[in-house]
Amino acid sequence: MVKPPDFISAMTGPLDEEAARNMVTRTPQTQALGFQFVSISEARGAIRVPWRADLVGDPETGVIASGVVTTLLDHVCGLSIRAAAAVPQGTLDLRIDYMRPARPKADLVADGHCYKLTRTIAFVRALAHDGDPDDPVATAQAAFALIGGGA
Amino acid sequence: MSGETTPAERLAAFLARTPYIAFLGMRAELAGDEMTAILPFSPHLIGNTLLPALHGGVLGAFMEMTALAQLAVITGGPRPAKTIDVTIDYLRPGRAMDTYARAEIKKAGRRISSVHVEAWQEARAKPVAAIRGHFQTPTEG
Repeated sequence: MVKPPDFISAMTGPLDEEAARNMVTRTPQTQALGFQFVSISEARGAIRVPWRADLVGDPETGVIASGVVTTLLDHVCGLSIRAAAAVPQGTLDLRIDYMRPARPKADLVADGHCYKLTRTIAFVRALAHDGDPDDPVATAQAAFALIGGGA
Repeated sequence: MSGETTPAERLAAFLARTPYIAFLGMRAELAGDEMTAILPFSPHLIGNTLLPALHGGVLGAFMEMTALAQLAVITGGPRPAKTIDVTIDYLRPGRAMDTYARAEIKKAGRRISSVHVEAWQEARAKPVAAIRGHFQTPTEG
């Protein structure tokens, strides 16, 4: 039997720090965006995306595109669900509010918190900031269907 | 409204000025005033290798860029609109294939516009995802 690649065990197995790191850095899209694993704790996760010229939304400002923030927030929601010992099947909905533009050429960090699990659904809040979590660039609220929940 | 450029020129200018659109590999076509955005499949867009499926964030970002492109087509200022908020509904897994999207501007306000976007793959009647969003009209000059 061929050993499954790291990213697959990261998506379904127990979430130790190595599996969490794989979940953040080993999928093609997160690799392409340059995501870096920051931390996990009980029902929480954090991911960093370093600034890069090809990820900019408006070249006049040099600010990372909001689309990158969308993927960052979606992914950190999934990570915090895994940190709550559940396995997300997919995002049901994701609401993002953009509070302010990020600083030009700033890295972004996203923090997620899975604050409620039911048998079928995970409810998650997340925010993205460029240095100060009390002054976020964007906040998110999401619901995910869980594997094994019959959703 | 811009009287000096055509919708096709405004669309081309928006697509060309945004580095993240090149990162996604997104294109768009215009038939009169109706725009269809196209996200050709590429391996770097995959978020789940097991299925495989496009990353949910990619679908959301693609639809948001579609909304901004449609706003650029109708308003035509030099700066793109700014996203205030988006609500993304995921309806079906985004498979490893080309994705299309169309935006409907529900209200084009002087300061704020409301836009709905639907994305589909094999059949327009079976959307993979949709967004509703509010966008701030850029101030001129």
